[in-house]
Amino acid sequence: MLSKRFGRLATGTLAGAMLMAAAACGGGSTGGETTASTSPGTESSAPAASGLKVGLAFDIGGRGDKSFNDAAYAGLEKAKTELGAEIKELSPASDGSNRAELLTQLVDAGYNPIIGVGFAYGEDIKKAAEENPEIQFAVVDSASNAANVTGLLFAEEQGSYLAGVAAATKAESGHVGFVGGVENDLIKKFEAGFVAGVKSVKTDAKIDVKYLTPDGDFTGFRAPDKGKVAAEKMFQDGAEVVYHAAGDSGLGVFQAAAAAKKKAIGVDSDQRQTVTEPDLQEVIMTSMLKRVDVGVFEYIKAFQGGAKGGTDIVYDLKVDGVGLATTGGEIDDIQDKIDAAKKDIIDGKITVPAKP
Amino acid sequence: MPAGLFRALLTVAGAVVAILVAIGISSVAIVAAGANPGDALAAFFNFGETDRSFANGLAQMFNRAVPLFLAGLAVAVGFRMNLFNIGVEGQYRIAAVCAAYVGSTFVAPAPIQITVIIVVAAAVGGLYALIPAVMKVTRGVNEVISTIMLNYIAINLAAFLVRGPFAGERAEGQLTTTTPVLPESAWFPNMNWLLEAMGLPAPRGGGMWGFLLVAVVIGVALWVVLERTKFGFDVKASGLNPSAAFASGIGPKRMVISAMVLSGAIAGLIGLPEILGDQHAFGTNFTPGLGYLGIAVALLGRNSPYGIAVAALLFAFLDRAQGPLQFADVPPSVITIMQGTIVLLVVVANEITSRVALRREERRAARQLGKVSA
Repeated sequence: MLSKRFGRLATGTLAGAMLMAAAACGGGSTGGETTASTSPGTESSAPAASGLKVGLAFDIGGRGDKSFNDAAYAGLEKAKTELGAEIKELSPASDGSNRAELLTQLVDAGYNPIIGVGFAYGEDIKKAAEENPEIQFAVVDSASNAANVTGLLFAEEQGSYLAGVAAATKAESGHVGFVGGVENDLIKKFEAGFVAGVKSVKTDAKIDVKYLTPDGDFTGFRAPDKGKVAAEKMFQDGAEVVYHAAGDSGLGVFQAAAAAKKKAIGVDSDQRQTVTEPDLQEVIMTSMLKRVDVGVFEYIKAFQGGAKGGTDIVYDLKVDGVGLATTGGEIDDIQDKIDAAKKDIIDGKITVPAKP
Repeated sequence: MPAGLFRALLTVAGAVVAILVAIGISSVAIVAAGANPGDALAAFFNFGETDRSFANGLAQMFNRAVPLFLAGLAVAVGFRMNLFNIGVEGQYRIAAVCAAYVGSTFVAPAPIQITVIIVVAAAVGGLYALIPAVMKVTRGVNEVISTIMLNYIAINLAAFLVRGPFAGERAEGQLTTTTPVLPESAWFPNMNWLLEAMGLPAPRGGGMWGFLLVAVVIGVALWVVLERTKFGFDVKASGLNPSAAFASGIGPKRMVISAMVLSGAIAGLIGLPEILGDQHAFGTNFTPGLGYLGIAVALLGRNSPYGIAVAALLFAFLDRAQGPLQFADVPPSVITIMQGTIVLLVVVANEITSRVALRREERRAARQLGKVSA
């Protein structure tokens, strides 16, 4: 640590200059124009017509995850083209330290409504909503917790039921598996629906269930190695199809299925399309779609129609908020069976449990 | 030209070159990402159109700077003795979860409540840092290895505690877990009055954290301890030349233990601004990674409290632009690239300029010696 005073002076001068400039510029832009309004990305096709400015804040990972966040963005983009909304989407820092700041920045920039993607936004949205009662908020995967917050929830158990029907029909031995990322109430909905779906086809079916991490430890969504080990065990024990609700850890499930030459079921998005490796694509029999894009778009549309928050909206089979992907055509031969189950659920003949 | 003035000018020149090169390198990255470097620079200085957004931006910057400052101080205490306390990361997380839990178990008048929480945090951080210190003085275990390993234990232990023994109640449909919410007497008063005194409206989102004042007090106290006491001198001497320090009667074992514990105690406070000022609990959304960032901040600040304060503000200034950069359609990873290049280049520039100054000094001394002998 040579010449301490020297370094102190250097960094002091450097940062001091930047900070002063920051204060000067920040003050100067008060009442002036912002760079945001002149950037090309926000000049959408026909924002002037609707005057609708929709802000969206992603969770860690942000855009480009080919799943949850990208689905939310697809819904936002649809609102831009179909409703003429001006849109802006923000991703947090990799440590997630600035979720609340992003919401504040969207409020400051005049966005209304503002949507938080992911249950991690629950508390931050609540605070932002209480401070900005004139603005409407929505949060995906978390319940409404203030008068101007709408909870965008999905009937994952209904989609998982169909996945269970498909798995049990395809698995001749009647042995299937379920890999959950984190053992919390959300992922338990997937398990409950899947088990009910399997049992509806084969009452004596054997279902292996494994969670990667306990409640509150979210690393289970980002541990492909753990997912692989869990699925490998199931395939060795004789499971023919394994369904995962484990985020990025699902990749490990697909790898195990490819190695065992068995089948797997993806989750959230059409993973046969989003997974890039061809040998892994082949093992993905179908995917349980969670149409976050539908949820986001329908919410924006409802907001435009004057809807207010304070309640939860559940996107279920009836509105195609959940469903099964058909890419690859592997479940085409049993489509009638799936459609029948879907109709029964919509008609209320079958009530799918949300708790295992 | 007097040597002092020459040094100062050289330093300024070095810093200016370093920052220009850092902006240049970042610009290349921005262009490669398909964006405009001009937009990016403007975004860093874009605090929004209204007084409210300007106040929000300032509060966000200072709220980010306070934990970074404490992290930098914690790392710097070790650095001064050539002790690499990489364990700040683990020390602050375990301290934060324990302090948040202890603070939620009783209700006392605010000054007592907050003092107890601060003391618990410092004690837990200090005790956790005592482990690698004892391992080093008794068994010669390198503190870099032991603190990194202890980080894993602390991080997972904190994650276990928050969802197990220390877990609080959860609202229906809430998936995140937190410790029980602190009583209101533990909520640190905010500093919005400072912004209001400047004629700005009160910022939103928790306001400007009052823990800033505690951090300033700690910074000043640490400066006094390190620069104006025998202990500070012992620390510096042990760091510059351990054998000379030992020969002059400074026990190296005692110094290692006290420096590590002091470092850990400061580390224990890193999470408190967020817990006392905003979240009022330790939860699964608690900010991770501050301990590692503290290493960069301490390096940039050259281990002096003043330098670390400036470095922390610079980092916070860059971090604040996360949103504005995206409004300007510039990838926000630019921030990390800029922080990295600035730290590297400033360290390099310091080294070069101090060598140049040293050589000039040597030549001058040699010239004068030559005159004397002739």
